[in-house]
Amino acid sequence: MTLTMQNLTKEKIKEIIAKRIAKEFKENDIVTLGIGLPTEAANYVDENMNIIFQSENGILGLGKDQKGPNYNNKIINAGGVCVEVNKGASFYDSQMAFTIMRGGHIDATVLGALQVDEEGSIASWQIPGKFVPGIGGSMDLIIGSKRVIVAMTHTSKDEIKIMKKCTLPLTAYKEVNMIVTERCVFQVTSEGLVLTEINPLFTIDDIKASTEADFRISKYLKEMEI
Amino acid sequence: MKKIITAKEAAKLVKSNSTIMVGGFLSCGAPDKIINAIVDEDIKGLTLICNDTSFPDKDKGLLIQKDEMIKKVITTHIGTNPTTGKKMHSGEIEVEFYPMGTLVEKIHAKGSGLGGVLTPTGVGTILENGKKTIQIDGKKYIFEEPLGADIAIIYGTIVDKYGNVKYEGTTRNFNTSMATAADVVIVQAEKIVETIDPNEVVIPGIFIDYIVNSEENE
Repeated sequence: MTLTMQNLTKEKIKEIIAKRIAKEFKENDIVTLGIGLPTEAANYVDENMNIIFQSENGILGLGKDQKGPNYNNKIINAGGVCVEVNKGASFYDSQMAFTIMRGGHIDATVLGALQVDEEGSIASWQIPGKFVPGIGGSMDLIIGSKRVIVAMTHTSKDEIKIMKKCTLPLTAYKEVNMIVTERCVFQVTSEGLVLTEINPLFTIDDIKASTEADFRISKYLKEMEI
Repeated sequence: MKKIITAKEAAKLVKSNSTIMVGGFLSCGAPDKIINAIVDEDIKGLTLICNDTSFPDKDKGLLIQKDEMIKKVITTHIGTNPTTGKKMHSGEIEVEFYPMGTLVEKIHAKGSGLGGVLTPTGVGTILENGKKTIQIDGKKYIFEEPLGADIAIIYGTIVDKYGNVKYEGTTRNFNTSMATAADVVIVQAEKIVETIDPNEVVIPGIFIDYIVNSEENE
C-alpha cells in the first residue's frame, strides 16, 4: 500500500522515526534508548551489527523483552519490562550506571522530548502544574552522551514542539545534536538547525508551518525513507 | 554474626518524622516485605529518599498511598505513580527532584565521607537555581551536598550471616550506595546462607545492622 497522508497512522509514524534512528548507529556503538518511541529503534537495527545497548538501571548488553510465562523479574529495563541480556552483558549498580552515562562512555542517546529548540536545548521532564514525571536519568544521559538524538512526533496534536527557545523547564542546555520526526530530520549546528531530510508526503512549507525554530535547508536535502 | 529480625521488628525501628532511604528501581530490588510491615505501623511525617515512587499499589508506592505517612520525597522520578503527582499538587507531599546520577552520588558522598559532589548535570536548567556553582578548567559544575538518612531499608538477593550481600540481575540499583549512608541499615534477604564466597560479595557485611528473612515473612 502506498503511504499517503490518509494512512499515516500513529503506528506508521513511530515506524518511520524508529527506522530512521536505527540508521544512526555504528558498529560497536554503546547506545541508550529512552522509554517509549526511542526503544523501538532497536527493532530496526541490522542484526549483523554489534550494538551494545545500555539501560540506566544497571545493564550493558540489554537484549529483547522476555517472553512469558516464566518471567525473571530480577532483570528489568528502565521501563520496568522484564528483559533478556545478550552475550557479554554485565549488571551493575546505579552509581556505576551513571559513571557510564555521565562520564562520557555512551556513544549515542536517543530520547523523546516535549520541546527542542534551535540551540539544541531540550525540555522533557515537566509541564509545570500539569505533568511532572520527573527527571530520572535523562539529564545525566544528555550531558554525558557523545551524541544526543531526539526522536519525537513533529507536533503534539497541533502544538508546536520545535521552538526558537524552549518555554518549558529544560532538561539540558544546548546538548542535542539531531532531531528526527516523522516529517523530517534536522541537524543542530552552531549556526542553528539545518533541514537535511524530508518525508516526501510533506513540503518545505508544511515543515515551516509546523516548526517555530528557524532553519536552513541543506543543499544535500534528501528524501526520508518512509 | 548479624541480628536476624522479622519485618515487623524492622518496621518498629522506623520512627515518625525521621528520614528513611529505600532501595529499588521501580519494583526491582525493592524491599517489599519490610515496606508492607512499615505500612501496617502508625508512622507519620517521614522523609523518603528513593530512586522513584514505583507504582501506586506496589512497594515504595504503598508508603506514598498511606495518608500522612510521607511528608517529603527526595527522588528522581514519579511518573509511574500518579498518586505521588496528585499528593504533590495538593500539597500533601513535598517532592524534591534530582537527576538520578546526582541523587546516587549525593548518597555515595555521605557514605564515603566526602563533602559533596560537583556535577555538570543540570547546569543551564532550573536545578541550578539557588545552588553553588564552581568553575573547573572553564567548565561549570553544580555543588551538591551529601545526603544520608536515619535508616536505610535495602534488598539483597542472598545475604550471609555476616551481613555480606550478593545480587542477581538489576536488583542492585540504589541498594549498594544506600547501605553506606544511614545510621541503621536493614537488608531484606531473599535468602539467608551461612557464608557467601568473598569473591562474590557486593556489599561487605560491615554496613549491615539487621537482616530480615523474606522467606519467614511470606
